[in-house]
Amino acid sequence: MRTLKILLQKEVRQIFRNKIILRIATIMPIMQFIILPLAANFEIKNINVVAVDHDHSVDSRKLLSDITSSGYFRLIAYDNTFDEAYKYIETDKADVVLEIPAGFERNLVREGSQKIFIAFNAINGTKAGLGAGYLRTIVTDYNKDIALDWMPSVQSKGELGINVVPLDWFNPQRNYKLALIPGILGMLVTLLSCFLTALNIVKEKEIGTIEQINVSPIRKRDFILAKLIPFWILAMIVFTLGLILSYLLYHIATVGNLLVLYAFVAVYLLAILGFGLLVSTYSETQQQSMFIMFFFVMIFILLAGLFTPIESMPRWAQLITKFNPLAYLVTVIRMVMLKGSGLIDILPQIEVVAIMAVVLNVWAVFNYKKKV
Amino acid sequence: MKQFLSFVRKEFRHVLRDRRVLLILFGMPVVQVLLFGFALSNEIKNTKIVIVDYAKDYASQQITTKIGASQYFEIEKNLLTHEQLLSAFKKGDIKEAVVFPANFAQDLAGNKEAQIQIITDATDLNPSNQIVSYLTNIILNYQAEQNKLQKIPIQIIPETRMLYNPQLKGAPNFVPGVMALVLLLVCVLMTAVSIVKEKETGTMEVLLVSPMKPWTIIVSKAVPYLILSLIDLVSILLLSVFVLEVPLQGNLLLLLAESTLFIITCLMLGILISIQTSSQQVAMLISLIGMLMPAMMLGGFMFPIENMPYALQLISNIIPSKWYYIIVKNVMIKGTGFSAVWKETLILAGITLLLFFVSLKKFKIRLQ
Repeated sequence: MRTLKILLQKEVRQIFRNKIILRIATIMPIMQFIILPLAANFEIKNINVVAVDHDHSVDSRKLLSDITSSGYFRLIAYDNTFDEAYKYIETDKADVVLEIPAGFERNLVREGSQKIFIAFNAINGTKAGLGAGYLRTIVTDYNKDIALDWMPSVQSKGELGINVVPLDWFNPQRNYKLALIPGILGMLVTLLSCFLTALNIVKEKEIGTIEQINVSPIRKRDFILAKLIPFWILAMIVFTLGLILSYLLYHIATVGNLLVLYAFVAVYLLAILGFGLLVSTYSETQQQSMFIMFFFVMIFILLAGLFTPIESMPRWAQLITKFNPLAYLVTVIRMVMLKGSGLIDILPQIEVVAIMAVVLNVWAVFNYKKKV
Repeated sequence: MKQFLSFVRKEFRHVLRDRRVLLILFGMPVVQVLLFGFALSNEIKNTKIVIVDYAKDYASQQITTKIGASQYFEIEKNLLTHEQLLSAFKKGDIKEAVVFPANFAQDLAGNKEAQIQIITDATDLNPSNQIVSYLTNIILNYQAEQNKLQKIPIQIIPETRMLYNPQLKGAPNFVPGVMALVLLLVCVLMTAVSIVKEKETGTMEVLLVSPMKPWTIIVSKAVPYLILSLIDLVSILLLSVFVLEVPLQGNLLLLLAESTLFIITCLMLGILISIQTSSQQVAMLISLIGMLMPAMMLGGFMFPIENMPYALQLISNIIPSKWYYIIVKNVMIKGTGFSAVWKETLILAGITLLLFFVSLKKFKIRLQ
């Protein structure tokens, strides 16, 4: 116990001695946490439309104004031919070309149906898919409107009217910040924990001080624990600051029990710090350690289910996410902060992360050999 | 010139000596692009959806069948009360539910407005948006079909074409984005250690007393990594085209030239970091903690830049991967020529020159 205390003293001193590292580890993530959520907005609105209206009739104009007044689309230009309009898509100035053929109104009256041509820039498939969906809804409404205008008798014959009511649980304002900020906080805390610990043991190897530890009677367990605890506390502090900031800046208050959230984060940090130390014990130079950690951190972050849903991934990638501790953090932090889930709800996740914590730390202790 | 070449040779030896780092440098970008190219997507497919049918009449059955028949959804029928639904949502078992209230068909026939509720877990807004949109479309389709039976004579039929990506896959958007992100971080990380490592190990003194000019030191530090990165680039491109099936529409030479420019930009950024810092730790932490999240979130491929507040749009301009992402999308997927990307190219070239001259200016030829 006394050895551990003294080792801890050494580690804490070393951390506080290097002011630059301390600043990078705390101020940088917090600055990013203040700025980056402002970018977090997937909302599909202001889809830019170029209209090619060959008809110039009352009805074609009404269709266009219906589309622009929906709030999703923005008419940026009129053009005479499809080819000219297509240039807007090539240069990324527009996302959609909407072509209304000549005789639109006439055909609508005479033949009862008329096609319009729509071309989406679908490189971003999500945006195009949603845009096409919105457009369909608008056209369906428009169909209903003109039917009513032209033959009021239709409605009274009993047209089906289904009212689709979307209910957005836990986030009724459909606020992207609310949906993403807890996850972003989790990611930043993970980033700093991973990289700081990955550098730690290997630095002692590189500058040679590890030999002094190796020849001393310090037990391996104590050595690893002394490396772990200061970073655990540091990460907890950054996490707490993040919670306070998300309340002050974005008014996100935790719906669920804060103690439950902290209980999970405490276990989670043990797992992720253990992983950092494990990487550190395997590496010979700081560069190696950082490259390996970078490889894993990218996978942790991009396969965490925050930016793209896990359900959309192929089976084998979903299997990988089962071994991704950050995926559990993102799930749990959302559950507790936004949905108000309790301890029983997150029990399965706690179990998995606790197993990870034990395995990774024991592995790190075993893999740290007191030999050169 | 001879001096320069022998210096490049020295740097090459340094790079090739550390086998483990070399293995990582070759393997990592390739694995990452492959992994993320497959895994990142917002496509909705086989999403489990719970149908809570209080009506149990022909109309609700018909709509349920239609939802089940679409490729997007897998149906799970379950009659849950509001409390049960809420607790299932809290556990995270269910993320979407469709609720048919009692007397649905009666309301529909009786000319009243019949309601269908679509409940989604809006803590994950992206899929929730799409699911609502797809379900609404299925329901509207049903409605249109039923109305057709009653002969409403007026119909506008939108005929939609999806350019560049007819199947609305994730890859055409995410692969260029991931390529830009991975290349940026790997290249910066490589050179970020290069000069500061010499400072740390003390070999910098030897360099400084040699007749080498600062610009030769900088350039020869970058050359080996440039060659390494080009090999990475070629393997990434091969994988993107043949494994991830991202179309290569444009001119390959143009794409390679633009990529080389981007790689040089990133290497220069790494060099500047290396010159400005005092230890490898600081250099690496700045490149990773400092750049990973900003490059990911402001690079344009995750979040649309036009949605960001103006100040952030401005900040996004200094992120090189943003420009490269635009270039790759245009050249690789749309197949446009240089005329469409000259502006982005010019900006990247400008950033590179700026980084080079700042590095040169900051390069200290004396030890502290």
